[in-house]
Amino acid sequence: MARLLKNREILLLVIIVIMVSGFSTRAPGFASPANLANIFNDTSILIILALGQMTVILTKSIDLSVAANLSFTGMAVAMTNAAYPDLPLALLILMAPGIGALLGAINGFLVWALQIPPIVVTLGTLTIYRGMAFVLSGGAWVNAHQMAPSFLNIPRMPVAGLPILAWIAILIVIGAWFVLTRLPFGRATYASGGNPTAAIYAGINIGWTRFVAFVLSGALAGLCGYLWVSRYAVAYVDIAIGSELDTVAACVIGGISIAGGIGTVAGAVLGSLFLGVIKNALPVIGISPFAQMAISGIVIVLAVVFNARAEKKAGRIILRDRGAKEVSA
Amino acid sequence: MSDMVSSRRPIPDRLGTKASRTLASWEVLLFGVAILIFIFNSLASPYFLNAWNLSDATFNFTEKAMIAFAMALLVIAGEIDLSVAAIIALASTAMGAAAQMGIGTPGLVAVGLGVGLLCGAINGLLVSGLKLPSIVVTIGTMSLFRGISYIVLGDKAYGKYPESFAYFGQGYVAWVFSFEFALFVVLAVLFGILLHATNFGRQVYVIGNNEFAARFSGIPVERVKFILFLLTGLMSGIAAVCLTSRLGSTRPSIAQGWELEVVTMVVLGGISILGGAGTIAGVVIAAFVMGLVTFGLGLLNVPGIVMSIFVGLLLIITIAVPIIGRRIKEMGPRA
Repeated sequence: MARLLKNREILLLVIIVIMVSGFSTRAPGFASPANLANIFNDTSILIILALGQMTVILTKSIDLSVAANLSFTGMAVAMTNAAYPDLPLALLILMAPGIGALLGAINGFLVWALQIPPIVVTLGTLTIYRGMAFVLSGGAWVNAHQMAPSFLNIPRMPVAGLPILAWIAILIVIGAWFVLTRLPFGRATYASGGNPTAAIYAGINIGWTRFVAFVLSGALAGLCGYLWVSRYAVAYVDIAIGSELDTVAACVIGGISIAGGIGTVAGAVLGSLFLGVIKNALPVIGISPFAQMAISGIVIVLAVVFNARAEKKAGRIILRDRGAKEVSA
Repeated sequence: MSDMVSSRRPIPDRLGTKASRTLASWEVLLFGVAILIFIFNSLASPYFLNAWNLSDATFNFTEKAMIAFAMALLVIAGEIDLSVAAIIALASTAMGAAAQMGIGTPGLVAVGLGVGLLCGAINGLLVSGLKLPSIVVTIGTMSLFRGISYIVLGDKAYGKYPESFAYFGQGYVAWVFSFEFALFVVLAVLFGILLHATNFGRQVYVIGNNEFAARFSGIPVERVKFILFLLTGLMSGIAAVCLTSRLGSTRPSIAQGWELEVVTMVVLGGISILGGAGTIAGVVIAAFVMGLVTFGLGLLNVPGIVMSIFVGLLLIITIAVPIIGRRIKEMGPRA
């Protein structure tokens, strides 16, 4: 089992390496450390969002509101900074995941307490949160000159060759790995997605686990709100529109089963990097950036086909619930 | 979809009467909401109660509702199609390209419907042929279909449609009744018959309630699902013809975000997102509710994005209220 899991991530890594070396024959310098660091930095926000999404998907749920959460939180933080430039930066940086966690908790509460299907809940909150960003700002933009320089510069400050943004992503990757593989919560996450019935018998509170997963996903989305706004030095209602699907795509490409219970942190990170490499390579090798959407579409479909095959052959989880069995039957 | 939820819907022993009663009350509740919104709108704005204005208001929902009918069947069968808006974009782009080549109106309609069917067939093959989860497959094809539009059009747009093509989105059948509204009514009746009065419709419910049992009852589950995806593609093609004709131009961003509005309409109409329950009548009323809300708010100069807050709240509240009600009822005798 462990070997198979390893194979999947190694395979993806090999594909990414082949892609990068292929692109660098067309565009020398693509594989240079500086450019690779740049791609990683570019993909950092997607990686962080995908890790939140993964936690939710593992519990057999889905969070379509991450991008809207990012937009609202980014707007709230940017406006606070513009209105009160004297507020300490640390407070703002804490505020971002705080607001995000609150929005995530609303999702989680509706899923947990009212047992509304997650896709319906987050479909609703997706429009509500982005609408709230509009109400908050009145549709106005917060531009670079309105925000404090320190607020904007932190994620871009280089530390040991990488910008702080990339370091934050690395820290969160390590944190997610620790939480999902070393803490009881992580085990509960896999269990409530892999086999909810068995999880209940094992004394796991599925509703609570899902709630916490949504709160985590929301907190990460909120943090990304700050990171996005400060990185691109602008906040407006439509930021990151459609990114929720990118996060799902990154998870699927990374081998995380949409049916829950299967997937690794490395998979989510590599899935995000896969999309990030394509996004950065297209302009470099002279393909219209307009082709990116179609390419990621094909990649997602292929990844789903591949996932289904792998899951069928290996049977990574020994006990499958009935729903999953019927689908694959 | 069925694998997205933790447990299947429990099937009570007294399914017959009780289920029909709760379903009926859902449609009645929604109808009440529609009337309340109607009254509120006519009080709030003096321009609301005007036949032509109301006729204009129907354009807010007719195209989305056409797709919602097919989507309703798909959701009842336990699947979902998030690529519908992208199919509109691709079909519209194909029609635009055909129009540039000088193809006439009948040819354009054929192209639009053909592309819709083709996209539906791709989704259907992937989901029922390869047995993949529809939610991720259609997220993928959504990117793919709209992506092709972007490759073809980039930041450009197609205009120059033949004059007669404008009828589908701008023509009127009689007095204030537009062609689109008439088509909406006809399709509502057709889908109502298909779902509620044919073997096929019954099979759709069975698959949604218990796919396992459906197989043992000899229902060709894969074929039914394939046909449903085909139907959804076709309806998206029809919606593409209407929308393109109404706007008179095609951009790759056409109908952006409609997939979520269509799903909202379906769920608001009382179709269980877990599959197996719901009626076309509910979807029709939900279409009116959403159309009235957006139109009424529009008359009050509420920006579109704020309207979406109301639509989102409407979605969650209409689903949450009956659940909370049931909870209170269940708690009653015990306490």
